[in-house]
Amino acid sequence: MPREERFFFDRYGLTEQSLGGWLAAALSEGGDYADLYFEHTTTSSISLDESLIKSAIEGVAAGCGIRVIAGEQTGYAYTDDLDPSKILRAARIAARIAAGPARVSTVGLAAHEPPHNFYPVSSPSTERDLTEKIDLVWRADRAARAYDPRVHQVRVHYADQVRHILVAGSDGRAVSDFQPMVRLSVATIAEADGRRETGATGAGGRIGLEFFTAESSPESIAREAARQAIVQLEAREAPAGEMTVVLAPGWPGILLHEAVGHGLEADFNRKGISAFSGRIGQRVASELCTVVDDGTVPSRRGSLNVDDEGEPSRKTVLIEKGALRGYIEDKLSADLTHATRTGNGRRQSYAHIPMPRMTNTYMLAGPDDPEEIIRSVSRGLYAVQFGGGQVDITSGKFVFSASEAYLIEDGKVTAPVRGATLIGDGPTVLTRVSAVGNDLKLDPGIGTCGKDGQSVPVGVGIPTIKVDRLTVGGTAPKGLQSFQ
Amino acid sequence: MRRISGAVGRLSAGFRLPQENKVKEPLEQIAADLVAKALRAGATSADVVAVEGEEFSSVVRLGKIESLKEAGSKSLGLRAFVGTRSASAYSSDVSALDRLAERTVQMARFTSEDPASGLPDAALLGRHAGDLAIYSEDIRGLSTDEKVSLARRAEEAARAFDPRIVNSEGSSFEAGHGLKVFANSLGFVESYRESFCSLSVVPVASQNGSMQRDYWYSAAHSLAQLEAPESVGRKAAERSVRRLGARKVPTARVPVVFDAETARSLAGHVFEAARGDAIFRNASFLAGKLGERVAGENITILDDGLRHGGFGSRPFDDEGVAASSRPVIENGVLRTYLLNSYAARKLKMQTTGNAARGVAGPPGIGPKNFYLAPGIHSPDEIIRSAKTGFYVTELIGFGVNTVNGDYSRGAAGLWIENGELAYPVEEVTLAGNLREMLRHVEMVGSDLEFRGAIAAPTVLVTGLTVAGA
Repeated sequence: MPREERFFFDRYGLTEQSLGGWLAAALSEGGDYADLYFEHTTTSSISLDESLIKSAIEGVAAGCGIRVIAGEQTGYAYTDDLDPSKILRAARIAARIAAGPARVSTVGLAAHEPPHNFYPVSSPSTERDLTEKIDLVWRADRAARAYDPRVHQVRVHYADQVRHILVAGSDGRAVSDFQPMVRLSVATIAEADGRRETGATGAGGRIGLEFFTAESSPESIAREAARQAIVQLEAREAPAGEMTVVLAPGWPGILLHEAVGHGLEADFNRKGISAFSGRIGQRVASELCTVVDDGTVPSRRGSLNVDDEGEPSRKTVLIEKGALRGYIEDKLSADLTHATRTGNGRRQSYAHIPMPRMTNTYMLAGPDDPEEIIRSVSRGLYAVQFGGGQVDITSGKFVFSASEAYLIEDGKVTAPVRGATLIGDGPTVLTRVSAVGNDLKLDPGIGTCGKDGQSVPVGVGIPTIKVDRLTVGGTAPKGLQSFQ
Repeated sequence: MRRISGAVGRLSAGFRLPQENKVKEPLEQIAADLVAKALRAGATSADVVAVEGEEFSSVVRLGKIESLKEAGSKSLGLRAFVGTRSASAYSSDVSALDRLAERTVQMARFTSEDPASGLPDAALLGRHAGDLAIYSEDIRGLSTDEKVSLARRAEEAARAFDPRIVNSEGSSFEAGHGLKVFANSLGFVESYRESFCSLSVVPVASQNGSMQRDYWYSAAHSLAQLEAPESVGRKAAERSVRRLGARKVPTARVPVVFDAETARSLAGHVFEAARGDAIFRNASFLAGKLGERVAGENITILDDGLRHGGFGSRPFDDEGVAASSRPVIENGVLRTYLLNSYAARKLKMQTTGNAARGVAGPPGIGPKNFYLAPGIHSPDEIIRSAKTGFYVTELIGFGVNTVNGDYSRGAAGLWIENGELAYPVEEVTLAGNLREMLRHVEMVGSDLEFRGAIAAPTVLVTGLTVAGA
């Protein structure tokens, strides 16, 4: 395999001089900093529906985004044509944000690879044969249908991506990275007695196809999606109102992403518009809670060797034993507030301005036995699977929608209930965490986070936790009594 | 020649090269050439979507420019059929299209034979002749300073509205224009231009140490149609300020008034449920309900591709099918599903011209101007009709399942007491089932305004559970 740091140089004829020239053009009207972000992304996907391979798609997107920072201001331009004249033109457009004498950009840019590789793959998915990927999809379809005759519809989606990036900054930093991504998703519909219920899950990460042999087989993913739909066939009305909620480990960590993660992104805090603004050092969770954002977990969907500003990824403590410790930083916010960069400057693509984004956000394991946590609840909700979530950064109110949940009655998990949204207040919800299990689990590799119209892959994780009071948005307002 | 569409029984008509005078744009020629390359590579039929455009955005925060962004892009996507098998590919590199065509055809050989696949019936191809007013030159003439000024004026108006507006997430003006080309191997090569602009502002209000944000925005195909920046700013500020002091309410079942912004999302759920791809999979609560009553008699929902200046107006859809207009639900009765040619063949119906796609992948299904027809009641009248109720102004989260109709979302708004807006409410959920909600829209407002391809006026719905304290 050719050396990664040479990718754009070899393919598009870039030279260190040309990078320097474009950076000089970007700073020709002044400004504090400029960077070039080269991206080349190859994707492929396969869709199965009604036991037919209905589509196979391949695509290539390449371009260069140019940013100029002047104080709090950002000028940005991009081109999807990597001809030198087009890049120069974009650099001059980005330069217009500044008004001052030209700045001399640092010369001597030598692209290098990141200090670590958290996602080595033996052969990238894009170089594997289409038939191998089609085989994974068929195996998932067969397994989902074999799980239960009440499974009527199965959709399987395989998607992979190989992304090459090169970030070159006027501070002399030039870093390349090779970022693979694979995901297999299964969605099912089960039908019985006139009811139709859905199940959906997936698995993946920054991996090669060997993941589906070593870690998570298409059959296991498919059976899980089928199981969810079958369970829902028996679900009764969800309760409505405040109650004790126990979250299962893994993907329910989406609670952290919505309740605290977004609110701790440095851009919102620098501007004073987050419910967490100015609260560093304050108690925002019970002492049982330590929450980190960690871009270094091997092969995870949210992991990065370097962020999209060339900063190495790391593990950042956000909340330590209940106290707020730090924010999720990108370059702009860190520079303006004299904070340390955390490697969270991310962007959807070369067409987007970077901003602070999460990587893998999870809560560290606690001391409690998960079964004991459930036994300690006389009446409550046990939430196992979730769809998406959303948060209002300013008021701090957040939601996440349970797609599989059960009643807890007298310390036992009993009847499944219909899907329901849970709503809470970010700065206070974790203060009501009264038990944290010893069973930390990360999600299977399915999360995508949206902010300001930009989507990036992320991970979440959580051990079993007990939240003493959270509002459950079901339809049965008499608490846990089904009244129909 | 192979049969390419079992359901309709049409044979591939073969590729007709577009006549010289027919090709008006260089991108049309590139698209037509790519169709030809695919046929040469062994495809039995093919279609191509190509887009090029320019975008601009400016963000102003607390009176200062926060960001300026400007760029142009071009990309195209090919779908190739080999018999009833198909595959797609896309690229922004127009210099390597031979390879793209060969690879797409090669991939198609690995997909399944699907008798419903194929291009639409040639007789349905065409373009709406009239001017849909979706493109305006006025956006292109704007200087950067003028664009920034629009954002600045909107934010200034918001900050001047009330002393409790103490901060801002910013104000943004975005504009763009583009060309979309569609070509297929039935000889169809057409294009249209479209422009858009939007102005939005997010003021932050504060009182007694707690903060609230809300927003307002305007969007249009032409600058002349955009709401005045001052008006956008004042509305945004008014919405943020009225949320101050919001509280949780006890769990209850009360009448719920959805303002026009949130009612729009309900219309969106009906659209999702009426999509033909959900119907043929039996994955919708509207499946099998054609001709049946699915909503109250006061509910008429239209899908109109011909609306002047409409956000969903296009001369033809993304399979080249000419634009049209039709009722989806008429006085409560489901009249049609929304179809592209694939879903139409699956359901043994005719496409409704709702094919929608970007450059990547086969056509999906999208709305034209999909809206709930207005009723006779003013929003005030609707609010006054409720003794106790919840006036919803924002919904968050994704707890909507259009397969079974289950509905549960986070909500914020104002509590109604004795027909008056009494105090702001937050941290509550709304739950029910869309099937029942459609039958219990007790009042429909007169305040229909198009702010996107999907629109609805204020509505009052009964039977929902508000979960709070």
